Amino acid sequence: MTKNQIPLWEVFIRPRNGLAHKHCGSVHAADEVMALQAARDVYTRRGEGTSIWVVPSAAITASDPENKDENFEPALTKVYRHPTFYEIPDEVGHM
Amino acid sequence: MAAAAAVSGEALTAFLLRLADDHLIIGHRLSEWCGHAPMLEEDLAMPNMALDLIGQARTLYQYAGEVEGKGRDEDQIAYVRRERDYVNCLMAERENGDFAHTMLRQLHFAAFMQPLWQGMLSSRDERLAGIAAKAEKEVAYHIRHAGEWVVRLGDGTEESTRRMKAAVEALAPYVDELFESDAVTKAMAEAGIAPDPATLRPAFDAIVGPIFAEAGLAWVETQHGQTGGRQGRHGEALGFLLAELQHMQRTYPGMIW
Repeated sequence: MTKNQIPLWEVFIRPRNGLAHKHCGSVHAADEVMALQAARDVYTRRGEGTSIWVVPSAAITASDPENKDENFEPALTKVYRHPTFYEIPDEVGHM
Repeated sequence: MAAAAAVSGEALTAFLLRLADDHLIIGHRLSEWCGHAPMLEEDLAMPNMALDLIGQARTLYQYAGEVEGKGRDEDQIAYVRRERDYVNCLMAERENGDFAHTMLRQLHFAAFMQPLWQGMLSSRDERLAGIAAKAEKEVAYHIRHAGEWVVRLGDGTEESTRRMKAAVEALAPYVDELFESDAVTKAMAEAGIAPDPATLRPAFDAIVGPIFAEAGLAWVETQHGQTGGRQGRHGEALGFLLAELQHMQRTYPGMIW
């Protein structure tokens, strides 16, 4: 019964300095302090992270799967948006 | 080792065994929750803490075995002694009860251990100082985790407040024993190895006091303080715990993992 009253939080972990926080899952917790602790306990047991973000799941606005055609299909035909048509001088090195 | 020379090996062994037994026994208690926690998050959090504690116990048993010099390894000391040979505090062996009870027990123990580890950071015994450096970070998290739950349950629903208050009352008799001092603890303090527990009460109160205040919990003064753990006199609960804890070593003597 009480379980349904505990809000859900989305967890984002940053593995190293310089990398972006990445979504890795969710936890139940009463508030943000407990959510951070739960995220630490559930998702960083094997040294996965140096920083944790938690965000109330309810705060996330998601795209509607039903709209996936109008959202994403137009991009499929626009291959010229991929940066594969440029000659990169050797001096630039690794990009 | 200069510090070890300042105290008898016997006293140092006795001190190390107390510390190790505390951590093994309360760590085992926490591990009993594995698979039974009220939610998945806690089902990982409690074994995480248990692993911290049992890890600390291991390093302490290894060191105790070396100082003792009788050729006993960590498993021999941890798993094949008799009940009366265990010198853990009674707080550590108390049964889990409900989740509130377990969290408060952990808070009490961690609030006792934090100043003790902090005092040992500058121990003249370098081995212990090293163990303390690792343990101190772990115990800080235990205080935070258990403390946050004590606040939320104490200041939660009618039901959670009732259970938290019951836990405060049930565990009150086992608090004073933590701060007992005797010949062993005094020898450690004089040799600069570890602070005397009797000096740690203000630090304990400074940790637990604000948490109780936030939780709306009142400290319960008890007239029925229990003692005897350091002399091997335990409650009924420890025998059952040891039966499970020692099962593998008793069934397959000398087995290794």
